[in-house]
Amino acid sequence: MHISEGILSAPVLLAGAALGAGGVAIGLRKMDYTHIPEVAVLTSAFFVASLVRVPVGPGSVHLALNGLLGVLLGWMSFPAILVALSLQAVLFQFGGITTLGVNTFNMAAPAVAAYYVCRPLIRNERRLAAVAGFSAGALGVAGAVVLIALCLITTGEEFLNLSKMLVAVNIPAVLVEGALTAFIVLFLMKVKPELLNLKENVDA
Amino acid sequence: MHLEEFAEGNSILHRLDPRVKLMAAAPLALLVALMQGFQGPARGLLLAVALVAIARLNIKKVAVRLAVVNVFVLMLWAFVPFSYPGTEAFSIGPLAASREGLALALGITLKCNAIVLATIALLGTSQVMNLAHALVHLKAPEKLVHLFFFFYRYLGVLHDEYARLRTALRVRAFAPGTDVRTYRAFAWLLGMLIVRSFERSRRIYQAMLLRGFHGHFPVIDHFTLGKKDMAFGALMAVALLIIWRGL
Repeated sequence: MHISEGILSAPVLLAGAALGAGGVAIGLRKMDYTHIPEVAVLTSAFFVASLVRVPVGPGSVHLALNGLLGVLLGWMSFPAILVALSLQAVLFQFGGITTLGVNTFNMAAPAVAAYYVCRPLIRNERRLAAVAGFSAGALGVAGAVVLIALCLITTGEEFLNLSKMLVAVNIPAVLVEGALTAFIVLFLMKVKPELLNLKENVDA
Repeated sequence: MHLEEFAEGNSILHRLDPRVKLMAAAPLALLVALMQGFQGPARGLLLAVALVAIARLNIKKVAVRLAVVNVFVLMLWAFVPFSYPGTEAFSIGPLAASREGLALALGITLKCNAIVLATIALLGTSQVMNLAHALVHLKAPEKLVHLFFFFYRYLGVLHDEYARLRTALRVRAFAPGTDVRTYRAFAWLLGMLIVRSFERSRRIYQAMLLRGFHGHFPVIDHFTLGKKDMAFGALMAVALLIIWRGL
């Protein structure tokens, strides 16, 4: 779910780079040295998780998990997503080096939104936590897709139809991502509540 | 996980200083991405193909990479020429493709392939860790480079963890389908991966403290900027000028 090289116009690329850099700067300021191994290894886990294919009917979708990443890391999602995307750009040429800023912003901004909107709802109440988890996952992917569509449409009107199609084909991904994120949040509440800053174990 | 497919060759590009290659790749990609029309991007593509040839990369593997990247480009060809206003070039039923739209799609295709090939030839031919090290020299934020370092170092480890969890599912006769059971199983698997990554990061940090970490990594390998590196840098500067201005 990244925009490839050579498509976006200069103003969109530059605005994306500026916004991405701003987010990364805030994230780095919030991340002190004791956090670095934690954020980094968590990023490795999310990178591996994004390779998983989840079946949907006859096809399958890849997980983005940026909503969950936002819930766990907040603003530190910006640097986490930046390092993951740079590796993809260099090794697999997904996304790319000129689109690094804009792609980082498109993925990380919804993650930070999930942090502010959904994270406060994850307390010791399981049903509410499930709803918050679903919203975080759905918001992460939906936000990213909408931002990508906006980038394309701002580049040129001729991308309008393509953008509409992109949004439409990603609707199953939004739902799957929401469901998976809800289950993962419930799992973490039970198994590792301190990851969600919850003090005590929650009964099933 | 076998990731650095192109870094294993032995060519002049593989031996160049990664700092020089980064300094060449970034402006080249940026210049091509920002150019209009298709003559400039075509010159960029020519240079990128030349670089791939110099790097003596496995053509088959490069082709596979290009094919993946061009899937999105193909979607562009299916939409953009028919949405862009201009003089009609041809029409399929009620849909008319404009010349201007076709030119735009062609320009994007050239740009995309040029940048991707240049990235493979210039950055793919370095070890990832060397590139990260080069970024320190080029004044990238140290925390960001450290983050990248640990992320990349533990990627393979976490992938092995994931493979073990997948095996555990398989020996229990798990067959994925579109149902709640599957989604819950995947969610628990990924949740477990996150828990293990968290616990591992704790152990890593303790091990670092034990060895006296105080926010700084000593560097053992040092880069040396040789005559070949300088010459390559100069050549690339000239090439960039030609791509930008034409001959």
